[in-house]
Amino acid sequence: MAKGYVAITVERCKGCAFCVEFCPTKVLALSSAFNSKGYHPPNVVAPEKCSGCDLCGMYCPDFAIFGARYAR
Amino acid sequence: MSEMECVMEIPEDAFNPVEPFLRMDRMPHIWCAGCGIGTTVNCFVRALLNSKADLDKVAIVSGIGCTGRVAGYAQMDSFHTTHGRAIPFATGLKLANPELQVVVYSGDGDLFAIGGNHFIHAARRNMDLKVICVNNMIYAMTGGQSAPTTPGHATTSTAPYGVFEPAFNLVSLAEAAGASYVARWTTYHVMQLARSMEEIFKKKGFCFIEVLSPCPTLYQRRNKMGDGLEAMKYYKKASKIRHGAPTSECALTKDGEIVVGKFVDRDRPDYLELLRSQMVESLGERYAEPEMACEDAEVTCSL
Repeated sequence: MAKGYVAITVERCKGCAFCVEFCPTKVLALSSAFNSKGYHPPNVVAPEKCSGCDLCGMYCPDFAIFGARYAR
Repeated sequence: MSEMECVMEIPEDAFNPVEPFLRMDRMPHIWCAGCGIGTTVNCFVRALLNSKADLDKVAIVSGIGCTGRVAGYAQMDSFHTTHGRAIPFATGLKLANPELQVVVYSGDGDLFAIGGNHFIHAARRNMDLKVICVNNMIYAMTGGQSAPTTPGHATTSTAPYGVFEPAFNLVSLAEAAGASYVARWTTYHVMQLARSMEEIFKKKGFCFIEVLSPCPTLYQRRNKMGDGLEAMKYYKKASKIRHGAPTSECALTKDGEIVVGKFVDRDRPDYLELLRSQMVESLGERYAEPEMACEDAEVTCSL
């Protein structure tokens, strides 16, 4: 069971892939689909690995992604 | 579109922690894909959150340029000044209301080329300002002309055969001019940068942080250095953390080592302290503390 989650605002993404590259547990990958501006937003490929560290949120220059831990 | 749908369970009340600090009606912002200015804003917001700063007492001042847009996107008291004049405006703001935490958030061209003199004199006086300089090594908004920070041999739109002028070493300049706190990070070092920004909120005097940021559209592209992600990988590979390193040895080159870390952290009396002690010395008992101009003014915050 994943400790955390990432939420992606697809339409705000500019496809820089900082989140994909620097995710410590490699939860994300760039999607092959486009958003309405023609960028490839990230896609969650390994949701169970997410620790909710929010490093993706720290790196995202477009404020389009953030991570958090589930409240338990 | 089904591929893009998140398979994770997201709580309904989840929100991006950066959003309350930004004017979301202005998003998406103008910065290019792969530009690092947004990343520095993330770090700044985390620093504000961690230091539990009262947002009514924080003001952001920026000049002109890509980084100058930060003031327009920040959901707090902010001012977008004329080119190069962020520090003089911030000085006035600080002197009129010393309770404010005044943050100058601007680019290398604005702070060191057009406003270079203001920078060194604010550092000399040790004005209590927090200066965050996002250094993308070029005049990005105007079309990629050479800036005083462009390293040698880089190609720019005004130097098609390569820049031959020596560049400024910003951290050394800040230390020599008298800054109390000098640090350099890159947009790759998000955690360290956020911690450094938190530190300067608690520090009195002139604080300066240089943040290296990719400029994929003008600097990286013209120099065949790839996109924003390539620049981030280069920062990861080439940077070495050396706290307290002599700043004169920390000059930046086009593709060499990047020395990062906290170089200077010293205590000097700041401008207001010096002014007060001079007044007390000259006037003796006739000296009275000035009344705060904005004490009665009602400040409301929409947050």
